[in-house]
Amino acid sequence: MQVTAEVLAEVALTESEYALIVEKLGREPTPVELGMFGAMWSEHCGYKNSRPILKRFPTTGEHVLQGPGENAGAVDIGDGLAAVFKIESHNHPSAVEPYQGAATGVGGIVRDIFTMGARPTALLNSLRFGPLTEPRTRYLFSGVVGGIGGYGNCLGIPTVSGDIFFHSSYAGNPLVNAMCVGIARQDQLTTAEASGVGNLVVLVGADTGRDGIQGATFASVVNPEASHRGVIQVGNPFLEKLLIEACLELLQTPHVVAMQDLGAAGLTSSAVECASRGTVGIEIDVDKVSRREKGMTPYEVMLSESQERMLVVVRPEGLESVQQIFEYYDLHSDVIGHVTDDGNVRITSGEEVVANVPARLYTDECPVYTREGVEKKAVQTLRAFEMSAIPDVSAQDSAGVLLKLLKSPNIGSRESVTRTYDHTILSNTVVAPIKADAAVIRVKGTGSGLAVKTDCNPRYCYLEPFSGGAHAVAEAARNISCVGAQPLAITNCLNFGNPEDPGVYYQMQQAVDGMSAACNALGIPVISGNVSLYNESGDTAIFPTPTVGIVGRLDNVDRHASMGFQGGGAAILVGPGEASLGASEYLEEVHGKTAGAPPEIDLELEVKVQRAVRQLIADGLINVAHDTSEGGLAIALAESCIQGRAGLESDLGELLAVNNQRLDQTLFGEAASRIIIEVSRERESAVLDRLHESGIPIWRLGATGGERFRVTGILDVTVDELAASWSAALTSYREDPETSQPVPGRG
Amino acid sequence: MSMRYAVITFPGSNGEHDALMAVELGLGMPVEAVWYKETSLDRFDALLLPGGFSYGDYLRPGAIARFAPIMAAVEEFAASGKPVLGICNGFQVLTEAGLLPGALLRNQSLEFRCAWVHVRTETTRTPWTAPLADGEVLHLPIAHGDGRYFAEPDLLNRLIQKDQVVFRYSTESGERESSVNPNGSVDDIAGVCNSAGNVVGLMPHPERAYDTLIGGDDGLRILSSVLRAGMAAASGA
Repeated sequence: MQVTAEVLAEVALTESEYALIVEKLGREPTPVELGMFGAMWSEHCGYKNSRPILKRFPTTGEHVLQGPGENAGAVDIGDGLAAVFKIESHNHPSAVEPYQGAATGVGGIVRDIFTMGARPTALLNSLRFGPLTEPRTRYLFSGVVGGIGGYGNCLGIPTVSGDIFFHSSYAGNPLVNAMCVGIARQDQLTTAEASGVGNLVVLVGADTGRDGIQGATFASVVNPEASHRGVIQVGNPFLEKLLIEACLELLQTPHVVAMQDLGAAGLTSSAVECASRGTVGIEIDVDKVSRREKGMTPYEVMLSESQERMLVVVRPEGLESVQQIFEYYDLHSDVIGHVTDDGNVRITSGEEVVANVPARLYTDECPVYTREGVEKKAVQTLRAFEMSAIPDVSAQDSAGVLLKLLKSPNIGSRESVTRTYDHTILSNTVVAPIKADAAVIRVKGTGSGLAVKTDCNPRYCYLEPFSGGAHAVAEAARNISCVGAQPLAITNCLNFGNPEDPGVYYQMQQAVDGMSAACNALGIPVISGNVSLYNESGDTAIFPTPTVGIVGRLDNVDRHASMGFQGGGAAILVGPGEASLGASEYLEEVHGKTAGAPPEIDLELEVKVQRAVRQLIADGLINVAHDTSEGGLAIALAESCIQGRAGLESDLGELLAVNNQRLDQTLFGEAASRIIIEVSRERESAVLDRLHESGIPIWRLGATGGERFRVTGILDVTVDELAASWSAALTSYREDPETSQPVPGRG
Repeated sequence: MSMRYAVITFPGSNGEHDALMAVELGLGMPVEAVWYKETSLDRFDALLLPGGFSYGDYLRPGAIARFAPIMAAVEEFAASGKPVLGICNGFQVLTEAGLLPGALLRNQSLEFRCAWVHVRTETTRTPWTAPLADGEVLHLPIAHGDGRYFAEPDLLNRLIQKDQVVFRYSTESGERESSVNPNGSVDDIAGVCNSAGNVVGLMPHPERAYDTLIGGDDGLRILSSVLRAGMAAASGA
């Protein structure tokens, strides 16, 4: 073996992987080839630790037009249209340079969507940070939020939904998962399969610089802060906006064979994937690539992750028309190569061949590691925690606990974040961020709408990953059902620690199995996704976080629901009465314990509850629905009071009876399959009859209206007090001038 | 009467889609996007300069767009007395081009702000507000980071005296109150006009408020004003 350990470390390949490359090639790789193998065989591109696990997801269904494997998945939304969507991580860059890391995360996922021929229509993001009490977290938080807004606002794509969760396991390794939903005409869906020997390979957009070299590799190692210095890309949303318009116009012409964005591993992965998908070869001359700086080597050109670049495969006779479109939008393009018939990705620098490897060696022959997962003893111990050791909350203290939870970072208002994101542009937003469990956008030219959301409770996933995975899918779908939409499909971003740790590998296996079980029960396939491993800093792995991004459809977008009580009706809990303190937000926030098992989830009941509520909304019988999640019933009721500025006069006697007379469990315990609805007096009996018929447990909680949230004999708080606590959750730290920081970026 | 609207589109504009939709779906009027490289606006009766981030807001919002080829035609159009409406970034472009007085600075909060606000109509002498009632309150979305209207005290006094303040941020009932000024604009100003009154700029987005399903349709009150003004002129009223 001729390479040194240092060289292998730089490309993050093991000695045995190097030996495998030599064996497959029948020779030593060139330096450019080695760099390309390092990128393509990284976890980020090659999924070498996750591929066997990913196979467990159901990926087909009646609505699926495009499953995993392309730049994004697509589902049928009627009227000849498709919803195209995907979620992707940008965790490691965001840990080092939060503004640009998050901004380029948005830029990357948007390119995945318009590459498919879809107009990007909505953005979402799922964020995880350490505790806000730490200055570093505040820096990361404000930077990430600034970057998401800075990039998305500039593109003119509304950021309509998402979720944020704080926990110490993310302190050194925040998670930034960005999702984009686009709408395409089904007959204009495009793929990234190169074909047609002699067709031209055109690179368009930004010039290529030294930024982000080996980013994919570094996304696949631990300790992001140490390893990522100097590889962070800087985004230019202005350029990307021009690329969107040019590429969508290009796809209206007959000249384009394939389109592929340059994301992780830059030109390397886009060329390799285009060739591999189309089972053809591609030849590229790096000397034809426009550079930002002099003296770049072929290695650097092939592995640069400069942003805002697209690879387009064009028929030679259409080149002139294609270039005219690019010029119209002031975009620079270069013809850098062509499609060949030998299946090789051949890279030249002028006459000199610097790499020449069959495309499939980079993709299909990437080694796959099936590991042994073993649950950590410590987690088993935490899960077995005996709840009887926790003293019940007194009626007297319950209002104080309620206000404390409302003000906690995981429960309180996200308005201070969502107001910095443009969510009204494109004039489709029917239900705005935080007004309901999911956002609703209309589909222009039809009467229909889409509901979108991201979700995952990492504490559940940590304490029992199978259950946590099932909950993540079920809750995401429940959120969609609560606005009246039928869940169609999900995308996911599997964020875990180092898969070589058996405890982490166990989490991955179990979480994916749990997600698959819920997907199967609810009839929701997985159509796209991304895996982000090695999310660790120091010795700490993040909580397992299999983030779910979901899209649902409303036949009639006028018939939708949001969470705010309107008053003058009855509040009804649909679903099981019994809740659990295990793995609850209450236990952590009030008692400082991450312990117990997550609530049990009966997937059959989940399906029934969601279907029933969806049907009530679709039939115009209700327009207020809200699921109970972190913080339990009391928090969900308080949120509905706050959003609607209406009170509630309730009696929870029946619920106390099924919760062992424990007040904490009744008020703040968590459970699956629970949705609160508000019904007007005129419709109450019709709605109750229908719910009784479906055999779902229901609990009449009380009458809505007035200015106070009362639970008979237990608590009595004004809605204004609730709102004041809730609103301050993410902003109270800003009152401290020592810690407040301006958010970069203009607008 | 029919009027043909133009939506001037710079590289980086992103409000052109909504402007086109508002005129087409909301008003049912003919409308075209006009790319910044074009040089003639002869075929149009009204101009909209939409929101967005022309040239990425690099240097300063609107600072580069004012030099775009189309701007000579925009200036000529404005000088001819025909109606021009600059929305958000379009407002910024018009102030940078000197077609409207004052300047737009970074929001006082230093943050981008997206919200629905109320604005009070301060003058009905412009073609964009002629059919509105004096003091009429409109409910419109804002979405900007640089929307803090600023004018030196002398200029501000002159604008007030010459009836060039078109909209002010207000409560739902039309009261002025600092808590509802979303960006720290001087004197709560949300929109102004030139001395002739035919060129109006405002930070809120009437083109995103053309349907109750998406939160409201008050924007059509502004966008359709020129039609009614045009109709009044045509009928000699």
